[in-house]
Amino acid sequence: MARPLRDVSISKSALARNPFGWAPPLTFAIFVGPILLGLFGTLLPSFGLQPALGQFELSLNPWCAFLSDPALVKSLRLTLTVGFGATAIAVIIGFGSVATLYGTRAFAVVRALLAPALAFPHASFAVGLAFLIAPSGWIARLLSPWATGWDQPPDLLIIRDPDAIALMLSLALKESLFLILMIVGALGQINAGTMMRSARSMGYAPARAWLLVVAPQIYAQVRLPIYAMLASALSIVDMAIVLGPAAPPPLAPMTLDWFRELDTARQLMASAAAIFQLLLVIVAILLWRLGETIVRQSMRGLLTSGIRHGWSERIVGSVGKVGIAFALVASLGAILMLIFWSFAGTWSWPSALPEQWSTAMWVRSVDTLAELVGRSAIIGIAVSAVATALTILCLEAGVGRSTPRWLAILYIPLLVPQISFLFGIQLLWNRLWLDGTVVAVALTQLLFVLPYVFLVLSDPYRALDPLIAIAARSLGASRVRTLFKIKLPLLARPVAGAMAIGFAVSVGLYLPTMFAGAGRIDTLTTEAIALASGADRRQAGIIAFALTVLPFMALALVNLAPNWERRTSR
Amino acid sequence: MTNPPFGVTRRQLSLGLLIMPAMLSGCAKPAPEERISATTPWDDIEKMARGQTVNWQAWAGDPKINDYIGWTAQTVKARFGIDLVHVKTSDTTAFIQTLLGEKSSGRMSGGRTDMVWLNGENFSAAKGLDLLWGPFAERLSNWKLVDVKGKPSTINDFTLPTEGYESPWGMAQLAFFHDSATLANPPRTIPAMLAWAKSNPGRFAYPAPPDFTGVTFLKQALLELSADRAPFYKPVDKATFAAQTAPLWAYLDQLNPVAWRSGKSFPPDYPSLRQLLEDREIGIAFAFNPSEALNAVNSGLLPATTRAYILEGGTIQNTHFVAIPFNSSAKAGAMVVANFLLSPEAQARKADPRLWGDATVLDLSAVAPDDQARFAALPKGAALPDAQSLARALAEPHPSWMLALGDAWRARYAT
Repeated sequence: MARPLRDVSISKSALARNPFGWAPPLTFAIFVGPILLGLFGTLLPSFGLQPALGQFELSLNPWCAFLSDPALVKSLRLTLTVGFGATAIAVIIGFGSVATLYGTRAFAVVRALLAPALAFPHASFAVGLAFLIAPSGWIARLLSPWATGWDQPPDLLIIRDPDAIALMLSLALKESLFLILMIVGALGQINAGTMMRSARSMGYAPARAWLLVVAPQIYAQVRLPIYAMLASALSIVDMAIVLGPAAPPPLAPMTLDWFRELDTARQLMASAAAIFQLLLVIVAILLWRLGETIVRQSMRGLLTSGIRHGWSERIVGSVGKVGIAFALVASLGAILMLIFWSFAGTWSWPSALPEQWSTAMWVRSVDTLAELVGRSAIIGIAVSAVATALTILCLEAGVGRSTPRWLAILYIPLLVPQISFLFGIQLLWNRLWLDGTVVAVALTQLLFVLPYVFLVLSDPYRALDPLIAIAARSLGASRVRTLFKIKLPLLARPVAGAMAIGFAVSVGLYLPTMFAGAGRIDTLTTEAIALASGADRRQAGIIAFALTVLPFMALALVNLAPNWERRTSR
Repeated sequence: MTNPPFGVTRRQLSLGLLIMPAMLSGCAKPAPEERISATTPWDDIEKMARGQTVNWQAWAGDPKINDYIGWTAQTVKARFGIDLVHVKTSDTTAFIQTLLGEKSSGRMSGGRTDMVWLNGENFSAAKGLDLLWGPFAERLSNWKLVDVKGKPSTINDFTLPTEGYESPWGMAQLAFFHDSATLANPPRTIPAMLAWAKSNPGRFAYPAPPDFTGVTFLKQALLELSADRAPFYKPVDKATFAAQTAPLWAYLDQLNPVAWRSGKSFPPDYPSLRQLLEDREIGIAFAFNPSEALNAVNSGLLPATTRAYILEGGTIQNTHFVAIPFNSSAKAGAMVVANFLLSPEAQARKADPRLWGDATVLDLSAVAPDDQARFAALPKGAALPDAQSLARALAEPHPSWMLALGDAWRARYAT
C-alpha cells in the first residue's frame, strides 16, 4: 500500500472520541503561533519593512549596515569562541568526568551536588563568580598583600577580557553540570553496566572502555541538549553582560544595544543582526554535526586498533575531573560570595572578609525583595502549571505516540536564538495591547518552559503501564475520570518534578521576560542582571541569592514529596 | 502522507490559529476623552484632575528616587485627590518603542501611561515621532519660577527647544570624584587627566561608549579640546565630522594605552566604574549627577574621604523632565503632578542630599522668602562639589552627536 492508511484512520478516530482532542491545537497555537509571528516580525524589519516605524519600502540597507559594522568581525569572532569553545569544553568535561568517575564514590557526591548546582541561575552564577576571580575579588583579597605584594588591585585582564576567554570558560563550567545531569539521565536508558563489564573483561582501561563503548550511545541520547547548549552559548546575553567584554561585546548583547537605540535605521539593523544569529546557529549546528562525524571516524580507528589503554583517555579523564571540580568549586564559591556580600557592611580592598557584617541591606531590601520574589513566583507557578497541564493533555490526546517528530518543534525555542524571535513577539504583544503585562511575560515564558516540561514528563508518562488505564476504562471509568483518579495520582511525582523544573526555568528566564515585560515587569532575574554590572554588590548579592533559593526550594519540595506520599497513603 | 508535526492535523492547526488571537484580546477600555484647551483655567484643570489616576512611568533604579516618588504620590493624593502610580521601569527607550507601537496601531486614547520621565535622545525621538501631548509646561502655575535664563537647559533639552512638551524636574551635571585619602590633588582639566593617567598607568577608566556616561565623557573631552564649540550645537555634519573630532581621537589614542587594562577592556557602564573606584582599581570616577559621590558615601559604597569636583572649564549639564504621552488618559492629573513637582516644596525636598540630592530647576530669587529658607537649610555634604563650581556649566551638544560619537568610538577602539 502506498500510504499508511491504518495509522491515519487510528489517529482520526481516536481524536474524534478523545475528549482531549482540543489540547494539541491549543498548545500548537500558544506555542508555534508566537514563534512564527515572532520570526516574521524580526525578518520583515531586517529587509526594511517596519510599519510601526513608518518603513514600508523593501530594502537591503539594514543588512548592508549590519554587515559593514566595524565591530562585526571582532564580535563574530567572540561569539564563535564562546559558542564553540564553551560547548566543546563542556562536552569534554561532561564525558571525561563521567568516564573516570562513573561507579566511584566521588561520582555519588557529584550527583548529589548536581541538582542544587543546576538550580543556580546563570545570572547569579556570573555575579558571584565575577567577584570571586576579579583582580580586586575575593581570591586576590585572600592573598593580598601578604603573598602577592599587591597593595592595590593589580591591573590584570581576568574578567571582561577582550577575547571573551573568561566568559567562555565560565559558561563551559556552568554548562558541563547540565550536561552531566543529561548524561546521568541517559545512562538510565542504556545497559551501561553489562557493556562496561564485557569491555573490561577484554582488558580495556575503565575510562577508555566507557569512552569507546558507552559514550557513543550516550551521545546519541544527549545530542539535542548539546545542540541547545551550542545555540544558547552562541547567543548568550546574561552572562556576557557580567563577564564578557564591552568593546565590542559578542553578537547577542551588541544586537540588544542596537535594539535599544531610538534610531530607526539602528533598529532595522538590529533585526538583521538577529536573523543573522539564527542563520549562524543553523550553520554552527551543521558544523558541529560534521565534527561529530570526524570524531566518530577517528574513534572507529581506536576501536579496532587493539590498544586497551593509552594517554588519550587519561587526558580526557583528567580534564573532566579537573573541570568538574572547578565547576563545583566555582558554583559554591559564587554562592558564598553572594551570601558574604548580602551581609557586608563595608568591605574594601584588601580585606578578605567584610570589615563589618550587617543585615541593613536585607532590612532595606525587604519590600523590593518581597515584590520581586512574589512576582517571579506567581509567574513561575502559573507558567509551569499551564505548561504541565498542556503537556498532560497533549500526552492524553496521543501526541508523540507514533513518531518523535514533535520533538523537533518542541526544541525550536531552545535551538533558535531567543533574540531572533523575541523582537517580533514584542511587536505582537504591543499590537495586542499586552506588552508590559504579566500575561505577556507568562505567555512568552511558556514558549521556553513547555519544552522542558514536555521532555521531563513525557518519558515517565509513556512508561506508565497502559494496562492500568485499560483496566479502569473497562470498569466503566471515563477517560477524564481515569486521568484524574488513576493516572495522575500514580504520576504525582513526575508531574511535581516537571512542574518544579518548569518553575526553575521560568524564574531564570532573562531575555523573554525583558522583551515581553517592556521594562515594566521586573523579576528577580531582570533585577539581578540590572544590578549585576556593578550597582550595589550587597543588593546584587541579595537579589541573586533569592534568585538561587527560589528554584532550589521548588526542587527540594519535590524531593520531600515521597515521604509525604508514603505517610498519607497509609 | 507524513505525520503532521506535533500530532496536529491541518484542521486542528487552523482551529488553533483562530483560537490564539481571541485568547489574547483582553484589552483595556479607553477612558472618555478629556477636553483641555489652551484657555482652560488652571482651577478647572485641578478640578478635572481630582479623582484621576496618573500612571507615571519612571526609571526605578534607585531606592531614593522611588521613595521620593512615593512621597509625591502621598502628597498629591492628600492635596489634589490624585492617585499617582509609579510604573517602575528600567528602560525608558523601551517605553518610547511601546508608545510608537500604540500610535501605529491607532490607540489614540485610553493610554496606560499618563506621564513619563525623560530627556535628551528620548525626548528628541518622542517629540519627532509626535508621541507627546502638549504644549503644557508653560501653562503650569509654577512655570514662572523656573530659571530659564540661568539654566537654559530647562527649555533647551540637548539643544532642542522643549516648546512646552516637557516640564523640567531636575538638573544633572557631570562631576568627577576621588578618594582624598589616596589622591589629594586630582586632575581638573581634560588634558591634566591624560597627564595623570600617564603617571598612574591603569588607574583611569571610562565606560565603553555607546554607554551614556561613556559618551558623555567623550563629549566633555571634545568640548574642552575644541577651540570652536559651535558645530557641536548643530546636527552632525558627516562631511566635517572627522576634522571636528580629530582632537578627541588624538587625545584618546594617548589615553587608552595608559588607561585601565591598557584600554583593552572597558567597564560597561557607570555603576561598574563606581565599583572600580570602590575596589581601588582606579583612582578617579565620574557620574552624571554631582551628588552621586555623596550618595555612594552615605550608602557605604565609597569611603567618607571621597570628594567630588567639577572641572575648571566647567562640565556638561542637562535637565531632566516629565512629559505627557499623546494618549494619556489623565492629562489634567499629569499636569497637576508636573506642577507640584515644580513647587519649591517638592524641589527643595529633591535637592536634599539625604533624600535625593538633585539640583533644583528653579530660580531661587523668584521664590518666596519662606521657600528660599527651605533651600538655605539644606545640609552640605563634604562629598558634594561646592555651589560656585556647579555654576561652571557646559550645554549638552545636539542629540545627534550621541550616536555619531558612540559609533566613531566603536569603529576606532572596539574592532
